[in-house]
Amino acid sequence: MFAVFKREVQSYFYSPIAYVLTGLFVLVVSIFFFLSNIGSQSADFNPTLSTISFILIFIVPILTMRIIAEDRKNGTEVLLITSPSTLSGIVVGKYLAMLFVFLVMTCLTFVYPIILFIFGNPPLAPLIGSYVGLILFAAALISIGVFASSLTENQVISVFISFVIMLIIWIIEPIGNAVGGWAAVVLNWFSLSSRYNDFTTGILNVGSIIYFISFIAVFLFLTIRVIEKRRWSQG
Amino acid sequence: MIEIQNLTKSYGQIKAVDDISFKVEKGEILGFLGPNGAGKSTTMNIITGFISSTAGTVKVDGYDIMENPREVKKRIGYLPEQPPLYMDMTVLEYLNFVYELKLVDKKQRRTQISDIMELTKIAHVKDRLIKNLSKGYKQRVGLAQSLVGSPDVLILDEPTVGLDPKQIIEIRKLIKALGKEHTIILSSHILPEVSAVCEKVIIINKGKIAAIDTPENLSKGFDSASKLSATIAGPTNSVQSHIQEIYGVKYVDVISEKEKDLASYVIEADKSLDIRRPLFFAMAKAGYPIIELKPMDMTLEDIFLQITTEEKEAE
Repeated sequence: MFAVFKREVQSYFYSPIAYVLTGLFVLVVSIFFFLSNIGSQSADFNPTLSTISFILIFIVPILTMRIIAEDRKNGTEVLLITSPSTLSGIVVGKYLAMLFVFLVMTCLTFVYPIILFIFGNPPLAPLIGSYVGLILFAAALISIGVFASSLTENQVISVFISFVIMLIIWIIEPIGNAVGGWAAVVLNWFSLSSRYNDFTTGILNVGSIIYFISFIAVFLFLTIRVIEKRRWSQG
Repeated sequence: MIEIQNLTKSYGQIKAVDDISFKVEKGEILGFLGPNGAGKSTTMNIITGFISSTAGTVKVDGYDIMENPREVKKRIGYLPEQPPLYMDMTVLEYLNFVYELKLVDKKQRRTQISDIMELTKIAHVKDRLIKNLSKGYKQRVGLAQSLVGSPDVLILDEPTVGLDPKQIIEIRKLIKALGKEHTIILSSHILPEVSAVCEKVIIINKGKIAAIDTPENLSKGFDSASKLSATIAGPTNSVQSHIQEIYGVKYVDVISEKEKDLASYVIEADKSLDIRRPLFFAMAKAGYPIIELKPMDMTLEDIFLQITTEEKEAE
């Protein structure tokens, strides 16, 4: 697991995509920081983070597109699967590598809250809550991305699939509300963003944390099943 | 060491591997021979646990690949048809990664990897990115990868494909040397390669085993008749009729006439009879000197063609 983690992180920072994507991410965060903090003279970073969580729907699919698809395409999947390492270890290693890369990107955005703390007096608890929420939210999206990447050897298709899944999860809450009744309850249960909103108020809800962790576990489990199934049906 | 029983892999209606059984003893080098698409790679992919079989069992060192994949995988080094290389890593980084992936004892990492690089002659390119290496070097890195963790069994799928003749000879030598310590299964569609390296050959066609034997026995014993080629001085008609009279001769024909009253013949006789002596006396009696006489063993090439075309005709 650790070998795969190390390789993926290293490979990521060797490739230009990492820098382009990180640059893009920081640029977008900066723009929103300028608009909603500097522009409106507010020291509250939470609205900016909420916007970032939406941007992730575009960033994460690109981040995770190659993680498994590329191994299939280049034939390195054979090496991984015929090694004595377990498949779950390999998938978790790859997942954690993507999460690590995202955490590095997130750390770069810490500069803005720091600026706010120097020149203003923003509330601390909601900020921490928001960051924890953002990271959990991203962690869930990354598990979707890893899953999508296992479905195909074409990276463009992988981006498309994960984008569609994320979009559905994003709009599931409004749909549920529109439908109303018991459907709203069921659909809301699948809504990642409503869970995320809990965190922005500074509440670290254990239930929500467990929800995110199980969400990730389900998608990683599905990823493992997809790879296993391919071994049975194809060559 | 490796025991394969009734192995079958089907894709829908098509059977890529059809009821194959064979055994490989410890220290043996087994050649897997067959035309493209015969099921060589599929069989290898099943043995290494990359894909599953539809039916049948694979056992390595007594461990079943389905029940105990981890123990089997620990004992196998695999070089697939397309070497599984990460293009964005240097050779050394890559081998270190494979070392960790194969869960080998960390203490010997440095010495083992430098030994392997020495053996496969890639030590001088160890800091280069794999994507910048030539095809031959990539193949060697692939081979080096399979040696990591010194597995008992090496499975090499077309290890010399895409190499230049000099590299081919080097790789063959290396495989022969490795055969002293490892059990090797090697696939190829190039016959001289298999006869040069392997102690035992399996010819596989359309997913079925067509023949298993040593390269020598295969060339000797495959055809039911024994064939001779003879150059004899004398009028061709008369020589032919004299030969025909010898007991056991089934067939005589002129291959080429070199000059007047000197021609090469091909003579086929029953396998159980050696007609060289009767032929000599018959020709001596008739006064036709034999200039040259040699048995025509079938080359692996002939056998291969015969087996693969026979099956086509049967359809």
